[in-house]
Amino acid sequence: MLPDSKVPAGPLAEKWDRHRFALKLVNPANRKKYDIIVVGTGLAGASAAASLGELGYNVKNLCVQDSPRRAHSIAAQGGINAAKNYSNDGDSTWRLFYDTIKGGDFRAREANVYRLAQLSENIIDQCVAQGVPFARDYGGLLDNRSFGGAQVARTFYARGQTGQQLLIGAYSALMRQVSTGRVKMYPRREMLDLILVNGKARGIVARNLITGEIESYSGHAVVLATGGYGNAYFLSTNAMSSNVTAAFRAYRKGALFANPCFTQIHPTCIPVHGIHQSKLTLMSESLRNDGRVWVPKTPGDKRRPGDIPEAERDYYLERKYPSFGNLVPRDVASRNAKEQCDQGKGVGETGLAVYLDFAEAIKRDGKDVIEAKYGNLFEMYEKITGENPYETPMMIYPAVHYTMGGLWVDYNLMTNIDGLFAIGEANFSDHGANRLGASALMQGLADGYFVLPYTMGGYLASNTIENVDTSHKAFEASKNAVTEQVNKLLSIGGKQTVSHLHRRLGKILWDYCGIARDEDELKKALTLIRDLKEEFYNDVNVPGSGDDFNQNLENAGRVADFMELGELMVTDALHRKESCGCHLNTAFLTEDNEPLRDDENFAMVAAWEYAGEGKEPTLHKEPLTFENVELTQRSYK
Amino acid sequence: MTTKTINLTLKVWRQNRSRPKGGFENYTAKDISTDMSFLEMLDVVNEDLVLSGKEPIAFDHDCREGICGMCGAVVDGEAHGPLKETTLCQLHMRHFKSGDTIVIEPWRARAFPIVKDLVVDRSAFDEIIASGGYISSKTGGAQDANNILVGKEIADKAFNAAACIGCGACVAACPNASAMLFVGAKVSHLGLLPQGRPEAKTRVHNMVRTMDRLGFGNCSNETECEVQCPKSISIREIARMNREFVKASFS
Repeated sequence: MLPDSKVPAGPLAEKWDRHRFALKLVNPANRKKYDIIVVGTGLAGASAAASLGELGYNVKNLCVQDSPRRAHSIAAQGGINAAKNYSNDGDSTWRLFYDTIKGGDFRAREANVYRLAQLSENIIDQCVAQGVPFARDYGGLLDNRSFGGAQVARTFYARGQTGQQLLIGAYSALMRQVSTGRVKMYPRREMLDLILVNGKARGIVARNLITGEIESYSGHAVVLATGGYGNAYFLSTNAMSSNVTAAFRAYRKGALFANPCFTQIHPTCIPVHGIHQSKLTLMSESLRNDGRVWVPKTPGDKRRPGDIPEAERDYYLERKYPSFGNLVPRDVASRNAKEQCDQGKGVGETGLAVYLDFAEAIKRDGKDVIEAKYGNLFEMYEKITGENPYETPMMIYPAVHYTMGGLWVDYNLMTNIDGLFAIGEANFSDHGANRLGASALMQGLADGYFVLPYTMGGYLASNTIENVDTSHKAFEASKNAVTEQVNKLLSIGGKQTVSHLHRRLGKILWDYCGIARDEDELKKALTLIRDLKEEFYNDVNVPGSGDDFNQNLENAGRVADFMELGELMVTDALHRKESCGCHLNTAFLTEDNEPLRDDENFAMVAAWEYAGEGKEPTLHKEPLTFENVELTQRSYK
Repeated sequence: MTTKTINLTLKVWRQNRSRPKGGFENYTAKDISTDMSFLEMLDVVNEDLVLSGKEPIAFDHDCREGICGMCGAVVDGEAHGPLKETTLCQLHMRHFKSGDTIVIEPWRARAFPIVKDLVVDRSAFDEIIASGGYISSKTGGAQDANNILVGKEIADKAFNAAACIGCGACVAACPNASAMLFVGAKVSHLGLLPQGRPEAKTRVHNMVRTMDRLGFGNCSNETECEVQCPKSISIREIARMNREFVKASFS
């Protein structure tokens, strides 16, 4: 049985206000009696921990990095959306809501998305008050730019380092609470299990990554802000330590995993160069404001880009989507890049790249203007490729970037397990089948600053939560199980390294569950992943010991979970017999080769329940009802 | 992108619980593609070590895009290696020649104890930030963002200081293991903005006091920090911090 989504009644624009009033409150004097565990310190985790600490709760905050300031939100480049309408171009809460739900191809909850659009404005105010140095104009007002999937300029940015600046803002708020003693930080810890007592989330078990000690943490509620699972594909734009383990261990304890096949492939990344590549680097979508995407008209044209005359170039996005041009949403841009390369028009050594050309923008605006907007991105590109994008066009290709799927949560951001919350990229809630650019930062901060602090109070105030500490037998049992798994990984002593097996898993997922998906191939992938999983447990080599700093061991646990998650992603992709957003099922296309939704059967959230080792997970369907928007075929023409 | 391969000798600092004093070990890195990053080169060496039953070299890294500040090692005597304005993860092997010997050491500073091999404990930086590296603005109490006007010039200056990634290269580069560039960057970032002025005095006092307490050295104008900073944070931030500190002490 799927639990209630708890979307409040009433008109869309009033739901959140009414709900906040309906939520019970915890008296300020009583808040210190509650311990809350927050796992993760990205935008969602840090903002939640800081805000909960500020309210007076005792917060225990864990992260895998050596400092909370390094969480992967820091790598976000382009910006953060807000319906401020500072650009006076007709933006509004309603328009941001509509763009987001349409961009997600109508596979997100109306009420959640509307709330996100409402809160977007508070986020900008909050961040500026904290000292986030957003771009300004000479009069001192905030500047905006455009992003994919929108026809207004509503994106606030801090050069090409918006994520970094927002995270430093949230981190500084967090450190302020650390100094007051309301938040206790536990860096270099990895959550390995969720503890349930009488059906409620009451703690976690984590490994101290320096000493290897398996530690217990108890609390009245647990918040997972552990990010997305894009690293299942091995090569992605995610940081090396980004992983699914915390969320996946919660799934194994009964939390539902929603829409795992909704993975976003970002169109503008630096192409793959060789077999030892460890990760892919994103080039911000903001580049598509000024860069023009093209390929040679003739397949196999190997001339240098400067030698190909205008008439022999195909600016395919501008040609096919005249009204959005190079700023079509990410899924559309990625799909088209693949299509061009499949036709043999790809460029570069591998033929798996398209050009992103700034020649015209440089001619029009001058090099200085382009440098001021994108200087750091151009530098990064040059460092990686050794080529100067001011002189030759960039080469880009799609890469795994973000996962819309994640732990199922209700309107309060609570999973189906009482007391277990999931925020930011770790949950599934706001982006449907495709996330628009500059919306991830918005969601992370909305969840952490402005949603969870209220809904957490509502949960604590309306439930009786008995006293449980780490001496409870559930902790001991979990610690034993976790230790056993660690020892098992160390004892296999096979012939393949962890990253070699991870790379093989990634290739299966990219080839069969990537930009385009086909039923027969997905079925093949399922077998391949199951075989690979068996190989992993028979032939992996994890050196070193468990009671030491051991990066291979950390990674082995994560890859083991990615193997199982990979199966779940493929299972979900097989089940969704339609195309929507980033999920392109080749059997469901319109005449123009655009994704064809099946709203009658698939306007729903697929929430999967763990059924035990080696068993098919159970599917629960949450129907999506649209009362305020009309479901249309997305068109960016 | 012309790819070729090179062969290198590495002298890497190894230190762990069973070898508490630490020392250099030699390794060969064979057939390294010049398109690889420095960390990918270490990945290749580590894969070989694992397969030959040896313990791989521990090193910190995460985003591999030059922004998280997690990676870093002293390469041939320079923090993050020979390329200016570049973190170790963004240093590519095309800057080395076949036959080169590369010496790789961890950050060395009393305030950054070694965890293992090239991994150090930089929690002192978090402690410094916790002592004042913030603006006390409660969640939810903010006015409209455009009510605070910040001229572009000031905003840009604040940004230049805010670009610090907290990697610790400045400390490693400094002969005194001073953290003044790191602290100066934060004092400047917040102090330049109107939102940050109300707490400017206590901020600079508390952060400097914490820095001293944690065992970082003093600045003696070597300017190595600025040269080796991957984000080109200017030593002007140190001057600004010193001015703030003096002003705060006499008013």
